[in-house]
This record gives sequence, C-alpha cells and structure tokens, in this order.
Amino acid sequence: MSAASPADVVPEAVRGDVVRDEHVPARAPWSAVVAAGDVLTIVDLGGNQAVDCLLYDAHDHAQRYSAAETMLAQGGIFLVTGTVLRTGEGAPLLTVVADDVGRHDTIGGACSKESNALRYGHHTVHQHACVENFLIEGSRWGLGKRDLVSNINWYMNVPVEADGTLGIVDGLSAPGLRVSLRADVDTLVLVSNCPQVNNPCNGFDPTPVRMIVTRP
Amino acid sequence: MPPPAARADTATTYAARDHARSMAGTVAEAMPYLPPSAYPGVPAEVAPSHLVWAETVAGGGYTTLTVAAGTVLQLTDLEGDACAHLLLYLADASWERLNVADTTKVAWQGYLGAGHQLLSDQGRALATIVEDTSGAHDAFCGTSTLARNTQRYGDGSPQGPAPAGRELFTLAAAKHGLTRRDLPPSVSFFKGVRVDPASGAFTFTGAADPAAGARVRLRAELPLVVLVADVPHPLDPRETYTCSRLEVLAWRGTPTVEGDPLFSRTPEGERAYRNSAAYRALRGIEVPA
Repeated sequence: MSAASPADVVPEAVRGDVVRDEHVPARAPWSAVVAAGDVLTIVDLGGNQAVDCLLYDAHDHAQRYSAAETMLAQGGIFLVTGTVLRTGEGAPLLTVVADDVGRHDTIGGACSKESNALRYGHHTVHQHACVENFLIEGSRWGLGKRDLVSNINWYMNVPVEADGTLGIVDGLSAPGLRVSLRADVDTLVLVSNCPQVNNPCNGFDPTPVRMIVTRP
Repeated sequence: MPPPAARADTATTYAARDHARSMAGTVAEAMPYLPPSAYPGVPAEVAPSHLVWAETVAGGGYTTLTVAAGTVLQLTDLEGDACAHLLLYLADASWERLNVADTTKVAWQGYLGAGHQLLSDQGRALATIVEDTSGAHDAFCGTSTLARNTQRYGDGSPQGPAPAGRELFTLAAAKHGLTRRDLPPSVSFFKGVRVDPASGAFTFTGAADPAAGARVRLRAELPLVVLVADVPHPLDPRETYTCSRLEVLAWRGTPTVEGDPLFSRTPEGERAYRNSAAYRALRGIEVPA
C-alpha cells in the first residue's frame, strides 16, 4: 500500500529490526502493544493527518495516559522531542525520541459524534468520529467508555492565545513526516486515524498513516 | 470542645455510649452542618429553606455530593488559600463525566470564568459557572498525585500531612462505587495558570487579589455526582504544603433554560443546553419552573 515510503530512511533513534509495519486506512482505528525498548514510528503519509492516541500500561490498564501529568511534568502544553508521556500517577509510558514536525497536541481531545454536534451542528452527529474508533478498538482489549481520557493528537496544532482562546488550526505537518516514540514499559497503544472533516486537523481530507515498530 | 472523657469512663458499654454521646454539639473548623440552615454563614439572598448543603472542608480534605438538576453549588475560598479541584459525573450514569478537553475546545476558550459550561463527553452541559469573583482557575494541569506530593513534600497519602488530590478523588469516587479508572483530568478553582502563546509554557499566577472570600457558583444542569478535593495546585511553588479551608454550599435552583441570557451566549453552548434539556425531558427529570 505504501508505495512511496518516506520512512525508508530512518533516523538514528529508530534504527533496528522492523517487528511491525502496518498501514492504517483513513478513518480507521489501530492498536498494538509496543514492548519496552521498542520504538513506534508514526508516518503521516498524506500530510496534516491527526492521529488521536491513548496509552495504557499493557499489564495494568488502570494505569493510563494523562495529558495533565504529561504537561505538568514538562511545564507546558506542546508535545516535542524529549516529552515523556505519563500515566495519571506520573509514571513514564513512552518518550518522544524523534520528531519531524516540531510540536503535537494534547489539549484538544478527541472528536466525537456528540462534541461534533456542539461544535458544528446536530447535522454532524452521524459522521464517524475518533471516540467511535477508540471505543470499538478498545473493546478488543476489554476497555470501555470509563477508560477514555484526554488523549494525544499527533500532528494536530492547537495554540492558546493570550486571552485564552484556543482551537484547532492548520497543521504543521506534511507528507512523510514522522514522530517516533520509545516504549519505557510495555504499552498498549490505541489509535484513531482521525476521520474529522469539519475542521483543519486533517486538512479536510482524512488520509492513511503508517505504523512501524522497530527493535534496536 | 468539651473535655475528653477519662479513659476510665469507657470501661463499660454504658459508659462508652455516654462518652460517645457527650461529643454531640462539638463544632470543628471543618465540618458539615445538619440541617444546613444551622450554618452561620448562609448567604443573605438564599432562603434558609432552599439551602440543601453547608460544609467547610479543611485544606487537604475532600467532600462529595449528589445534587439535583438546577442546584446551585457555591465554592468559597474562605481564608484565601483554598484550591478546589472538581470532578463531575452524571448521577445516574457515571460513565458520562466531565471532559476537560471538550470543556475548553467547544468553548474555544482555555481559561474558565463566568458563563463557561463544564461539558460531559456526551455533548451535554453538566454545569455552568454562573458567577466567578476570582478569575484564577485552571483546566490544564489536573490535580496532584501521590508521586508528585511525595517528591514535593515528602508525603502524599490521605492520612499524612500533604494529601494528594488524586488520592482524595480516589476516596471520594469510591463512595459512589467508582475507582481510579473513573478519574479523568479535573479542573481547579482559586489558583490560576496561564499558557505562553508562543512556547506553550505554563505560568502559575496564584490566587485572585484579594483571595479570601473569592467564590465560584456552579449551576447543575443535570443530576450530578460532585467530587471536590481542597489541595494545593500542583504548580503551587511554595515549599510547604499550603491550603486553607473551602466552604461548600448548595441550594435549590433551576437549570439554564431558554430565555436565560446564558442559554444563547454562544451557538455551541446553546446546543449543549438543548442536549441537557432533551436528556431531562427524556428521562422525566422534573425541574422547578
């Protein structure tokens, strides 16, 4: 599927044996356990494609990603190279070890049928949304609605103005740009390749992404 | 406080019973008042018969309430160093709960203030901030953890000198059959955080000036389980665990309905109010006219 393979030239941080290389269609969910020490590289094949992401300790799903703990520990909102993605108790799950984009979001949350209705109107309720992807993919791991928390949005751009105004604006990514995450512990990664068509998070055109796991 | 009974007075069941009962009427710095109308600080504009809860919560303490749709919940920073961390759940379907990402994203606004809705993950307004005399709040940083407080203060356990917000939320949630799984990111009142527009870095801006007496009024739009922990903000830079009492009052009121200026404040907010109204109508939840 991925004829153009912009990830064929991989940075030093992600070199190793490829243990997984999968194509996630536009609008689809994806999940995998990334073993401690392995590196997950997400490739934005089409450009400006938001990849919504939740993380769980693979051995204790009650330990899950916390946007607040992650931001608190680094003192700011943007996810960049070096950011440690943490649980609600503050423990590391993954670390951003390489990034072509510059910054990613974790305050914007996931789109849902219900929030789309508020943001754009009730005519959007029956459009597909990230929370649907999280729920269906999470169900395969015994996770339910109680397990959904504020998520990561790889490739999404959400600035905060001086007066507090915030919102999803045009992205900073481009075709082939990568972000690479090293697992600090065995981590269940739950992804929604965002189907949103009402705001610029996917450039109004959801596209596939590629997920590569390497073992140094 | 009455003098403690000598140990000898509790040697028998009869004496122990007398001893326990002799404590009746004791007033503590932090306590609930039953009936609520017995609270000495009932606001003048609230009819005592409408007051349904009155409690003072110690710094490092927590409380939890289940409130009817329309209830006004007033949080007051009594002495100027409270920080009220808040979680909300739909009372009869606790898997629907406060969603801070939607609360800020849908409002196109990261800083909480009067008129801001606290939204659930199901596109409904759970509550509205109807009055705010502080302006110093936070919807980004969540609350403190056992690990953070242990590092910062040497302890974060509920029974210790520096209870962590997440530990207290765990206890409060357990009173409703909920577990740590059920603790999403929270919001906090009375200590401010601002985000640098360029770098995204947080700045802790502390309390309003004056801080003592600052209050926030929330209006419940649906029947809610409310968890409140009064603990220092996780970015509070002071080396010592500093947190003073929080006053929690609740009185009867009505949800935000068509005709209320808040109802049509924003198009997104109006849709959220209409969703909450539909939920009440479908569930047969009667609200006072």
